[in-house]
Amino acid sequence: MRRFLYIVPLALFIALVIYFFVAMRGGYDPSTLPSAMIGKPVPTFDLPGPLVPPSYAGPRVKLGFSNRDLLGHVVLVNFFASWCIPCRVEHPVLMGLGPAADVPVVGIAYKDKSQDAVGFLNEYGNPYVAVAMDEGGRTGIDFGVYGVPETYLIDKHGIIRLRYVGPLTAEVVAREILPAVRTLQQSP
Amino acid sequence: MIIELGHFALILALPLALIQATVPLWGAERRHAGMMALGDLTALAQFALIALAFATLVNAYITSDFSVLNVAENSSSAKPLIYKISGVWGNHEGSMMLWVLILTLFGAAVAWFGDNLPAPLKARVLAVQAMIGAGFFLFILFTSDPFQRLADPPLEGNGLNPVLQDPGLAFHPPMLYLGYVGFAVAFAFAVAALIEGKVDAAWARWVRPWTLAAWCALTIGIAMGSWWAYYTLGWGGWWFWDPVENASFMPWLVGTALLHSAIVVEKRDALKGWTVLLAILTFSLSLIGTFLVRSGVLTSVHAFALDPRRGLFILVLLAVAIGGSLLLYAVRAPALAGGGLFAPISREGALVLNNVLLTTGAATVFIGTLYPLFLDAVGGPKLSVGYPFFDRTFVPIMVPLLLAVAVGPFLGWKRGDLRGALERLWIAFGLALALGAIALYLSQGGPILAVGGLMLAAWVGFGAITEWVGRTRLSWRRALHLPRAAHGMTLAHLGLAVTVAGIAASAWQVERIAVMHPGDNIAIGGYTLHLDRLSGLDTPSYHAERADIRVTAGDRAITVMHPEKRHYPLEQMTRGETAIRTTFLADLYLALGDDDGKGGATIRAYWKPLVPWIWIGAVFMALGGVLSLSDRRFRVGVARRAAPASAVTEAGE
Amino acid sequence: MRFFLLLLAILLATLTPPARAVEPNEMLKNPALEARARAISRELRCLVCQNESIDDSNADLAHDLRLLLRQRLAAGDTDRQAIDFIVARYGDFVLLQPPVEPATYLLWFGPAALLIVAAASAAIFVNRRNRTLREPAPLSAEEKRRLDTLLDERY
Repeated sequence: MRRFLYIVPLALFIALVIYFFVAMRGGYDPSTLPSAMIGKPVPTFDLPGPLVPPSYAGPRVKLGFSNRDLLGHVVLVNFFASWCIPCRVEHPVLMGLGPAADVPVVGIAYKDKSQDAVGFLNEYGNPYVAVAMDEGGRTGIDFGVYGVPETYLIDKHGIIRLRYVGPLTAEVVAREILPAVRTLQQSP
Repeated sequence: MIIELGHFALILALPLALIQATVPLWGAERRHAGMMALGDLTALAQFALIALAFATLVNAYITSDFSVLNVAENSSSAKPLIYKISGVWGNHEGSMMLWVLILTLFGAAVAWFGDNLPAPLKARVLAVQAMIGAGFFLFILFTSDPFQRLADPPLEGNGLNPVLQDPGLAFHPPMLYLGYVGFAVAFAFAVAALIEGKVDAAWARWVRPWTLAAWCALTIGIAMGSWWAYYTLGWGGWWFWDPVENASFMPWLVGTALLHSAIVVEKRDALKGWTVLLAILTFSLSLIGTFLVRSGVLTSVHAFALDPRRGLFILVLLAVAIGGSLLLYAVRAPALAGGGLFAPISREGALVLNNVLLTTGAATVFIGTLYPLFLDAVGGPKLSVGYPFFDRTFVPIMVPLLLAVAVGPFLGWKRGDLRGALERLWIAFGLALALGAIALYLSQGGPILAVGGLMLAAWVGFGAITEWVGRTRLSWRRALHLPRAAHGMTLAHLGLAVTVAGIAASAWQVERIAVMHPGDNIAIGGYTLHLDRLSGLDTPSYHAERADIRVTAGDRAITVMHPEKRHYPLEQMTRGETAIRTTFLADLYLALGDDDGKGGATIRAYWKPLVPWIWIGAVFMALGGVLSLSDRRFRVGVARRAAPASAVTEAGE
Repeated sequence: MRFFLLLLAILLATLTPPARAVEPNEMLKNPALEARARAISRELRCLVCQNESIDDSNADLAHDLRLLLRQRLAAGDTDRQAIDFIVARYGDFVLLQPPVEPATYLLWFGPAALLIVAAASAAIFVNRRNRTLREPAPLSAEEKRRLDTLLDERY
């Protein structure tokens, strides 16, 4: 019985090492937070578009939109900014996303100036079917954005189903985003 | 000196460490003098090799040799010399080199100064030391090599993070490492004792100076980090309970417990198994702290592009070193029976209370630091554990500790007289009450808890002074006659009181934040601040915006202060340079914020009563440790003579 | 080693437009309301920093949250409502003080439980120790006198 006490430190330590090992293997990233908004309706917003439309605009691009515009179809909401360097990393992925995935992507320029956001889209291309300006960042806060880029998947009923923090990669899109999009598109 | 020479020296140190980890150990089993003595030689040689390797790296930094990858990434030719040198350990690879430099330094010190140790014990201590050393050499060589060359050297380096270009932070890591790595010696002594199956008063006496030295360095290291945060962050915060701070605080708490329990082993031949466990845990927590910081388990990985192999390597190192020692502990420690009675009300009883509270405190910090990670790993919600948690859990555990600190030294060994001790403390009690009443009156319904903290500080401080006065009876001759360790204890306990007072009083700080234009003035803490001028200043490293703020008290001119905001073009970073004027009773703290585009700027002014005491207290604690270290009982040669003497006769000293 | 954190904070800061900790123009005119806002913002975590509150943080998001908090208070929210408003968007993670719920019982009550266990173990240790060892004979008057002189000498 007395001897047993002396094994306690070792036992606790082994548990700790296993737990560290699992934490490291699991790709644990302390900087990624789960969204508190999953399963909740998209927050109410009505944002204006940029003053000047991006040159790669096309007839379909809507300038400015509100949460009601998102109802009725599965849609990706992407928060971006011209000052955000990871957004440039993500941009080619977004550019390649729309047609292949058949899911509309709308962009909200977070804490950005109209001409800067448009300049960014003119330079790198416009992947969005609709662009809106969130200059004050209030809508971003309502979504629970804590660092751009962030991408939200919204279902047909306007419920937030998924959030991805950080630049989207082709792998993340194929593994996480698109399967979720398909499921939501097929459900009523 | 070329860098390849350094690399070669590091590689050469590895087989030496492997030899030292095995041959002396075997020699100690077979009582072979030559094999045991080999450890001394290899320990000294290892130190020489690592010192050479480190010197080549420092040289590469001083001469700005950008063909070395590590230098190109972390230095630039325009830095002042001191920051070129401190840049060596301002990055992961270099800091690991500093770690092994200190480790081998301690190993060499054991070899050099350890003549008083019995040969088998010394051989085993050095062998355990070398095992740790070999692990870290491998770690550096395989995952963190600072000696890599660049095929295509750049003309200029990337520069050193401006945050690190600061005298406080330049010497914070070396002090911290001296502490962490110093505890490796205590660890080696503990493991050696487990191998021998013997822990006695002499062992406690030998391990104590190393523990003390490490503890002093760690105390200063933590204090420097906290002081640096205070004067850098622009609003005077000095402790955040963030994981990296906690990683250094946990070994400090357990190390403090170890210092106290080792006294019980020395004087009463008791608490042996526990003390050995504390020695193992103290270094283990240092290693775990390193792992947490380096592996990216707690802090974000991708921000530094840390190599995940490093985390894994340290984890394996951790598992082998700590797991091995705890296994040895589980097997051998039950045999370490102590002797003698153990009265609850006695000096040793008080020291047990100290240990219970300090280790529980450390465990609380441990739980608070790792809980978010733990919860996440088992699929729970993501949580933050911030200062409010530690205020509500850690602080209450420290209250009884502070209450006991004043009483403990008054209790005799074996059988204490609690009533007598409390009777002798009535002056301290009265002074603490009076101070509390004054503080309560002056703060006018201010923070009540701070008043309580101040009273506790007074109780500890006046208690320590009372005890010292009682022992010396204010006679110079008696004071000189006392062992220095006794004075050291008084000074360290006094330092604790001073720190606690500084922490408590920080609740009374006054803050003024305002946009000021030249000619404006604001009043704070009895001073008037006049903004005379806002100007620019250029140096080779940075461009600064600078405010000239004249401070007056009534009609009297006090000083002119210059808070700055510095922009470092090479590193593309901005940081503030605060201006602090201290009277040692309070700090006047100024930081310059943004300009408002209309010729004005935000000025943050704080008046912080007793805040410098937080660090002054830490210096007292460390000085107390140094004073104890100079005690003749710990000096070279004395311990051997004293070793055969039984613990009981020593107890009367 | 804490400088690695600062490094992190600064790296993150370079990704966002610059802003600083509580600015004069953020503050509310009503001192009572401002005091409430300061107190609440000390309890809310800056999401992109390590254990820093939004009151202390220089991050842009912290600045926005400070403003938002003040708007809510000025609009008549209670402290609880204002905090819940932010928690609804960012989750319990923004609370520097984690809520007391089944998932955090171990966190909140663990330290107290440990203290009890440690104190009880120490008490049992002392007790058992003294039971197994026989009490020595009481001191004679002569021994007691000698002891007292010795104790006087003792530091």
